Amino acid sequence: MGILNGKKVAILGDRDGIPGLAIEECVKPAGAEVVFSTTECFV
Amino acid sequence: MSFPVMKGASYALVQCNDMVIHQGSTQTSEMRLNPDSEHLKELPKHLRSFEDCVAYPPNQSYIGNLPPREMKEISRPWYENPVSGATREGKYGEIMPQDEFLGCMKAVDMFDLVVLEESFQSAVKEKLTAHPVIGKYWVTLGTLDKNPGTTEQIKELVDGHKAEPMYLDDKLVGCVKKAHDFDAALSEHVMFENLAGKASAAFALALLFAKTDLTPEGVQYIIECSEEACGDMNQRGGGNFAKAIGEICGCKNATGSDTRSFCAGPAHALVEASALVGAGVYEEVVVLAGGATAKLGLNAKDHVKKGLPVIEDCLGAFAVNIGENDGKSPVIRTDIVGRHTIGSGASPQAVMQAIVADPLDRAGMTLKDVDTYSVEMQNPEITEPAGAGDVPSANYKMIAALGVMKKVFEKSELNNVVESIGMPGFAPTQGHIPSGVPFLGYCKDMMLEGKVNRAMIVGKGSLFLGRLTNLFDGVSFIVEKNNGEADSGAGGTDKETIRQMVAEAMKDFAASLK
Repeated sequence: MGILNGKKVAILGDRDGIPGLAIEECVKPAGAEVVFSTTECFV
Repeated sequence: MSFPVMKGASYALVQCNDMVIHQGSTQTSEMRLNPDSEHLKELPKHLRSFEDCVAYPPNQSYIGNLPPREMKEISRPWYENPVSGATREGKYGEIMPQDEFLGCMKAVDMFDLVVLEESFQSAVKEKLTAHPVIGKYWVTLGTLDKNPGTTEQIKELVDGHKAEPMYLDDKLVGCVKKAHDFDAALSEHVMFENLAGKASAAFALALLFAKTDLTPEGVQYIIECSEEACGDMNQRGGGNFAKAIGEICGCKNATGSDTRSFCAGPAHALVEASALVGAGVYEEVVVLAGGATAKLGLNAKDHVKKGLPVIEDCLGAFAVNIGENDGKSPVIRTDIVGRHTIGSGASPQAVMQAIVADPLDRAGMTLKDVDTYSVEMQNPEITEPAGAGDVPSANYKMIAALGVMKKVFEKSELNNVVESIGMPGFAPTQGHIPSGVPFLGYCKDMMLEGKVNRAMIVGKGSLFLGRLTNLFDGVSFIVEKNNGEADSGAGGTDKETIRQMVAEAMKDFAASLK
């Protein structure tokens, strides 16, 4: 059973840190439902 | 094989306090969504003087007066430790104040869109005519004799939503009119951004002529690589900034085009310029870009909240000359180019593998064979208060970690590697401006002095911001100390070499007949 089973997740990725897509790939196998995902740029 | 060379680079900053308030997207969004916000009230108290902007260590570094690694000796925060005796003129460039720049926007306007208040126009014309670089290289200063306006006329245009305001020290001194009644691609806002980008790039181009042996007539091709788009409703990004900028400096023998890839644009453009020169299509190519008004004060909310000055108060611009091998200037190794492909993946590790490690692997080199990496050189003092961290440092750590994974470095060496291959960020957060290219000026001199033999220039771009793809982008190339052999003709093989090769082949053939 994944540690994020039944959890809804909103992802705010950083273009110079961890992008949203990469975080999605990590939380999905842990059972999370991704309800929002974006990657922002601060530069 | 003969490689093209990087003959010189120039850099410009323009301090634009009033544009931070009126054209910076963080502030204009706030005006639209929350016009009575605390941020908008507090922001003007955090703007700094031109003198403080000039003496700010990263700015001195950007224009060539303070080698980036020497910034490590200056205590942080840098805004509290100005460079004593700092000047607006630098070894590679210059910092321009806003009043002169408003005049520059008028001087590059070919369609009578910029209206300046009469006395302001005449004062700024005098300054620009006397300016040692603008006065010498810009051929369109006559525009500053045309169509001045009164404050009332300008106010009427702005209040009637027919023009974008131009302020100086909070006083309305001019405006940029819309270029069409209803075409959104030619709105007053778009025209303001495009004229600011054009003017700052034309300033960098003039500085390139002033700082190097290149002449306006000698330029054959210009590649513009900013993040703006010019065109009308039928071709919103039709271009061509490159020729429009070259025209200002009288580059009558040049043609050109625009290249776009967000912050990776300059690295793509430099690879393209090198390929054009290497293939013998053109002898002298200039890659350039102006600044983005929208990014002024991008992280200002955090800076104001944390009591910092508004240090994102400068437009950035640069110009780089790529030419045929002169036997002296650093070569661009067009055979070692890194590329983030459509299939590379978006994780930071995949990006670094594709643009840094893979090209070296293909060339039979390791990460150790590169002395210095110029990554995205954003000034950390801007990004850290906004929670975006120290971008160059994060890039260096990722490169060093890749090296540890590949057993090129020991894990215990990681911090030393970061220290030895990197440098502090010193460029303004102007998107494409910090992306690898700010180091090229220093790179050339350090290679001529024998301090660096090989550098990798890295550009990365956030393609997903355009909402057409989720893909990332990245390009890298290697700059190397010249071994002293000047260009020997197309493909790098001269008649004497061919004669020797034929003679040797005939000798071998003769020997085989014995």
